[in-house]
Order: sequence, then structure tokens, then C-alpha cells
Amino acid sequence: MTSPRFSSSDPILILQDVHMQFGGVTALKGIRYQVPRGIVQSIIGPNGAGKTTLLNCISGVLHPTEGRISFLGRRVEREPPHRIAALGMSRTFQHVALFPQMSVLENVMVGRHVRTRSGFWAAGLRTRSMRREEAAIGRDARAWLDFVGLADAAHLPAGALPLGKQKILEIARALATDPALLLLDEPAGGLNTRETEELGELIGRIKERGTTVILVEHDMNLVMTISDRILVLYYGQPLASGVPDEIKENPEVIQAYLGDEWTPDEGAPIMNGQL
Amino acid sequence: MESAGFGAAWLQYALGGITIGAIYALVAIGYNIIYNVTEIINFAQGEFVMLGGLFAVFFYEACGLPILAAFLAAVAAVALTGLVLERYVIRNARQATVLSMIIITIAFSILLKGGAMLAWGKDPYRLPPFTGGGSILWNGVAVQPQALWVLGVSGIIVVCLTLFFRRSVYGKAMLACADNPAAARLVGIPVRTMIFLSFMLSAAIGAAAGVSITPITLMEYDRGALLGLKGFGAAVLGGLGQFFGALVAGLLLGLAESFCAGYVSSGYKDAVALVLLLLALFFKPEGLFGSKEAAGLKRF
Amino acid sequence: MNLRKFAPVAAFVAFMAAFPWMVAPFDAISHYTDVMVFAGIFCLVTIGLSLLMGFAGQISLAQAAFFGIGAYASAILTGRFGWNPWAAMPAGAAAAAAVAWIVGVPALRLKGHYLAMATLGFGVIVHIVLNEEVEWTGGPSGMVDIPGLSVAGVRVLSETAWYYLVWTFVAAALIFSYHVLHSRVGRALRAIHEAEKAAEAMGVPVASYKVQVFVYSAVLASLAGSLYTHYVTFLTPSSFDLMWSVRFVLMVVVGGMQSLWGAVLGTVFLTFVGNEWLHVFADFEVLVYGGILLAVALLVPQGLVVWMQEKLSRRRETLLPRSE
Repeated sequence: MTSPRFSSSDPILILQDVHMQFGGVTALKGIRYQVPRGIVQSIIGPNGAGKTTLLNCISGVLHPTEGRISFLGRRVEREPPHRIAALGMSRTFQHVALFPQMSVLENVMVGRHVRTRSGFWAAGLRTRSMRREEAAIGRDARAWLDFVGLADAAHLPAGALPLGKQKILEIARALATDPALLLLDEPAGGLNTRETEELGELIGRIKERGTTVILVEHDMNLVMTISDRILVLYYGQPLASGVPDEIKENPEVIQAYLGDEWTPDEGAPIMNGQL
Repeated sequence: MESAGFGAAWLQYALGGITIGAIYALVAIGYNIIYNVTEIINFAQGEFVMLGGLFAVFFYEACGLPILAAFLAAVAAVALTGLVLERYVIRNARQATVLSMIIITIAFSILLKGGAMLAWGKDPYRLPPFTGGGSILWNGVAVQPQALWVLGVSGIIVVCLTLFFRRSVYGKAMLACADNPAAARLVGIPVRTMIFLSFMLSAAIGAAAGVSITPITLMEYDRGALLGLKGFGAAVLGGLGQFFGALVAGLLLGLAESFCAGYVSSGYKDAVALVLLLLALFFKPEGLFGSKEAAGLKRF
Repeated sequence: MNLRKFAPVAAFVAFMAAFPWMVAPFDAISHYTDVMVFAGIFCLVTIGLSLLMGFAGQISLAQAAFFGIGAYASAILTGRFGWNPWAAMPAGAAAAAAVAWIVGVPALRLKGHYLAMATLGFGVIVHIVLNEEVEWTGGPSGMVDIPGLSVAGVRVLSETAWYYLVWTFVAAALIFSYHVLHSRVGRALRAIHEAEKAAEAMGVPVASYKVQVFVYSAVLASLAGSLYTHYVTFLTPSSFDLMWSVRFVLMVVVGGMQSLWGAVLGTVFLTFVGNEWLHVFADFEVLVYGGILLAVALLVPQGLVVWMQEKLSRRRETLLPRSE
């Protein structure tokens, strides 16, 4: 899967001067950043800072106008999403994008698509290898449902789940592709406090499995608790990066989030998890 | 014709191409109006053209109206058909998915075709030219006065529409509905009325095209589909939603078809416009004059 | 659970197997076997189309063209070149597959209205070619004296024999398609239909799958065309015009796009409507077709089969406590 020159200590993702322009609007202005293996990397920033655009560039939904993106030592900035998925990157979407009429289990089974191979003929003729593979897909998908705690809902249509569970299902589906890197786009959006806590715990377990996580999130409590490193984007540019404690105390970050009206005496909401 | 030299033949084909091309342009404009307001491609557009021609025949032959009155009556009758399509069909669609909209407008086109077959039978009908007098000989080329009528009618429609959409409140309101129906509703534009108007207007323009061309090419019940497809080719080639582009593309298609009929094979002349349609769809779906970026924003 | 799934299938198979014997004794309906041969042939087309439309969510108004490619390939190869019909059939299917691939790769990048128009345009072009290549196709007057079919050295002559032959093909196509749908490939197709972006992010090569299922539908349509040729033994281009493409779409839509049974029942129903029941008022046929299509699209967009299933399951739910 990885290129021969790639060693396990190299960063899993390297962004070099990534530029993204939509007509006259520049969404990303030369992002330069590296994500080491095995960590939870958060990307935060005010609305419109370019976080989702950056995720879309990394996952191949958008192709940056300039710059390079290397994933596991391979250039991916011109690859289509399905190839990038095959290389070992998976993602969830800000607005849940499940297959609503398919069952919860089937949704996760689609996640196994990229790691299995039987095609049209094998499927139509139900060859032995196809049946074996199909059984394995079912087993793996169930295992992932167990992992995220959705095994009870396996046969419900995905669209019938409450939003919180839909978000978890999206993560299970993404995990089923065996990603080395998992991109989560605002997974806590619309979740209540308890669900958010469970999400944090789940992300922790994903990290323990050795999967690198990139998290775009507005819930600062979650970000500050589970992140190993944080990148702050502001108007399409990196404003600061570092461990959570550094970010919390970075005056520029506080300024960016609060504008000019903020005075230090009021206490920064960024520390209270209100942003 | 036989005594005419190469140049004259060329000119004759060009004239024929421009005449039929103007009709394609009008059909394309019909697509554009509905598309601009609703983002629906109306597969019954070609049937409006066919109905226009046949209604004119009816009003002229059976009701004894003078030809220009028959023209107006036919346009009004087809506009009414457009009204029926919007009011009783489109508005009642329970699933507004693209696929079901396609099927619904196709179904309506079959109804119109079947109705026309019942009412008028399978024979082609003729209609006298709008003004009498034989062909005018010009540089060795026979110019039918009706060809001038076709060009005149198309020219007037294009100018009027451009003015309507650029200058009038209604025209601007209609465009606003296409851009953002929710916002249009918020600023008080009656979106429903605008959609409704777009179908009537589009049907009326199709009918005008149909009446104008009938004296030259005759008209029969099953001509709609092909006219519709070629008109759609002009709409895509010109950039969907653009009136001026549709005009130029319509004329180009007409010319290509006419020269193919003249110099290559008359049997394949219908295929020319369709091949161009496919090439446009495959390689330049934003059209000759559209920008790729703007096309990316449209929901095809 | 298994029994509940199996019982309707077994009933259906038994009914289909007995059909010719049930209608034979009654003069008024004995020719229904003949109608069912046509229905079976059209089922091959609509099963493929159902996969394409109902499951992958892509429309095609070109199925009559692939039907025609198969029909003319068989007619020309057997009639002109003396090929064995069973060799001509896969050759026609291969030709249809090649054409579908060439057209499908650029066409299926388009969506919705544009895809519909592109396939429509392609279908009309094929129809024009069938009309114009007089030397090969006989042009508008068509081809006659096309040889029939033999199975294991025995000519397939009677309508009943044709019935069993054609419906064996249908059964094979149904089983193959059912397996495809209940596999990794089928899940990918439905995923494309429901959320293309997400499917792509999960590693589904969307473009390639769309083309694959388009080619599959073309192959089935071509096989249907070959069978049609040998059954009727004459061809004219009018059997492959735009209206036929619309009819195939209609058959799928009326039965229910998201169910293979829908395609089969819709096809049988509309074949009887078209070949049988509308003969009385021939000129109304087009009108009635349009009316049915419009009514279904407006009132029961999910199709008759799915609609009935929903009605039944709702009733069952009110009658029985839920077992889960």
C-alpha cells in the first residue's frame, strides 16, 4: 500500500503550499503542515476559515489549485476520492451522508468495498470465492458495529436512526475501509453532551488501534480533551499550531476567535468550551 | 436549381439551413425559459412545436380564420396546453426527483402525440405561406417569402425575450426564481406564478416556431420528438439557459444539417444535429459560450 | 423467514411453468402463450434497465437501440453469413457491449436530464442508421426470412417451446441480477444511487460501476433482440424506435423501479395491454400508454409492486404484533 521509500516514522500526511481558489475567492492560502502518525490532530477555526475545504482537498473531493498533498508518501492531490480511499484514507461528512434506505449493516458493508474484489461476474454467478468474501464482509461489518456499539440496530434502515447514531454509523462505515487516516468533519455537530462524551471515548479507542485521526470540530471541550495537536486556521491560513495547552493560551488565537471586543478579564470562551 | 452554379447551390443550402436553424433556436429558447425558472428540462417541448403547426392548420382550414389570426389562435391554444402541463401535472408531482420529472414530462409528451394522432391522423398537413407570392430570385437563389417570415418571427421573439428578461420586472423576477427560489419567495416574488408563466411562455414560443415552419416543411403528429431533440442540441451547444447562445447554436445546427443533406447524404441529415448534440454533451456540456465554472453550479 | 421468501417464488415458478397448459384449452386465450413469449423477451430488456434505473439511479432512453443491435446482428450474421444463431447471439451481445461501453463512458459522466437526452439522442441515431444502411439492414422495408432457432438439433417451432426457451433466459437473467444486487457490487450500485459522494469516499469507483451496469443492461437487451429476431423471423426498424425505448422505461416504472419483480410484472402487464387489450382501439394505444405512465409517475411513483408490498406489509403490521 505504501510507497517503498516511506518509513513508519515519516508523517502520514504532508501538505505543501496547498492553495484553493473558487473563482475570485481564495479559500486556502498556501497551507504547509505535517501530521505525524498515530495522533489525533484537530483542525479548528472560525466559520469560513477553510476547514472543510481543506478536508475535501485531502480526501480528493476537491483538487487544490496549487500545492502538493502526500499521503503515506504518495502524491494524492490529483487523485479521485475512490483511489485515495483505497490508499487508506476515509472520512465522514459534515452533513451526514449515509445511504438512508440501506440497512445499518449494509452501510458498513459498503465500507468493506474497497478491501474486497469480487466483481460483476463473480457476483452474478455466486462463485465460491465470492460467497466466501461475502461472508467475510458480513463478519467484518458486524465487528465494526460492535466496536461502535450499534450492533442492535444492524437491520434498521440507516435513515431511521436518530442523528447521533447516524454520525456514529458514518464513523463505523469509514472504519470498515481499514483506514490509516480517518477524517472526521464535525462529528459532534448536533450531538448532546452525553453523546459527545461517548464520541470522545470512541475517538480515543480508534487512536489506540493505531489509526491517525484528523478532526474538524467546533466543540472545544471535545477538541481540547482528545487532541494531541491542534492546527488553527484563519481565513485560509494556519494561524497557530501546537498541543491543546499552547493553543488555549495563544493570544492570536483568542483574538481571532473573539475579534476586538474581547478583553482578557472576561475569560476566553475557548477555554470554557463554548465555541 | 440544375442550372445554378456551385455558389448558388451553396447559398441555397445556407438559406435553408438558416431557416430551419431559426426554428431549432426557438425550440432551444423554449427549453431555456423553463430551465431558467425551474431547472426542469421539459421533454414535451418538441410536441409544443408540432401542436402549434397542427392547431394553425385546424384554425385556418376548419375555422376559416385568416392565416395570421390562425397563427395567433394556435399560439394561444398551445400556451393553454403549457398551462395544463404546469398546473395539472408538474405541480402535482409527488416526487420531485429528477428521474420522476423526466418520466412525467415524457409521459405528457406521449399524451400530446397520441392526442394529436387521434385528432389529426397520421398524414402530414400543409399550410399556406403567411404572405402570397412566389419565390423571389436573388443571385440565382430561390428565396421563399415564408423563410423570411421564419427569420422575422425568430428575430422578434429573441429581441423581445432579451428585453423582457433584462428590463422588465417580471423577467427579472423569473430569473430570480431560478437563482434561488427560497430567496425569491422571501422578497415577495410569487414563485408559483413565475413557474406557471414560464411554461406558458415556452409553449407559446414553441407553437410560434411550429406555425412558422409548417408552410415550408409540412407538419405531422410524430415530428415533435426529433424537433425537440435537435432544439435541445441547440440549447446545450449554446449553453443551457442562454438565449443568445441558443440562437447562434440553432443556426449552426441548421446549417450543418442543411449542408450535410446537400453534400453528404440526405438520409443522415437528421443524425448530424444528434451527433453534434452528443459531442456537445460529452465534451463541452457547458456549451460553446458557457463557462465551466458556471456550469458546475447548475444542477443537471 | 426462508419459507416466506421461498413460497412466492415457488408459486411463481409453478404458475409460469403451467401457464401454456392452462391457457391452451381455451380458444379465446390460447394465444396468450404467444403474448407471453414477447413479454419474456421484453423482460430481458427491462430486468437490465431496472438494475440501471432502479438500483444505480441512471436513466437510459436507448434500450431499444441495444435491442435493435442484437436483433440486426443476429439477422445479418445468420441470414447473410450463415452463422449458427447460437454463435450470432453472443456476437451481437459483444457488439452491443462494445457500443454501450463507448457511449457509456462519456454519457454516464452526465446526470439526470443530460443523461436522458444523451441516451435519447444515441437511440435515435441508431434508429437512423438502421433505416439508412439499406444494403445491410434492408432499410425501412426491413429483413425477412431470418432463420429460426434449434436447440440440440431440434427446431424450436411451437409457441409453447418458444415460451419455455425465452422464460428460461428470463429466469437466468433474474437469478444473475438478483445475485448481483445482493452482493458487494449491488450494494455499491445502491450506494451510488443514494449518496454518490459518500459512495466515492468509501472507495466505490462510481464511474466504472455505472458503465458496467449500463453494459450489462445493453447485453441483456441485445440477447432479447436476438431472440426476438429468431422468433418473428422478420425485422423492420420501427420495432427499435424511440417509442420502444420509452415503452421499456414505462414497463420498469409501472412495475416499480426498485424491484426486479416490478420489472417483470410491469413488462408482462404492459405487453398484454399493448399486444392484446388495446388492439380494440388501436389508435388510442399511444394515448393510453401516455396516460398510464403519467398516472403512475404522479400517483404511485414507487411503482405498482412496491406500492402493493407497502399496502400489504402495513396490513400485516396492523394484524400481527411485530415479531422483532
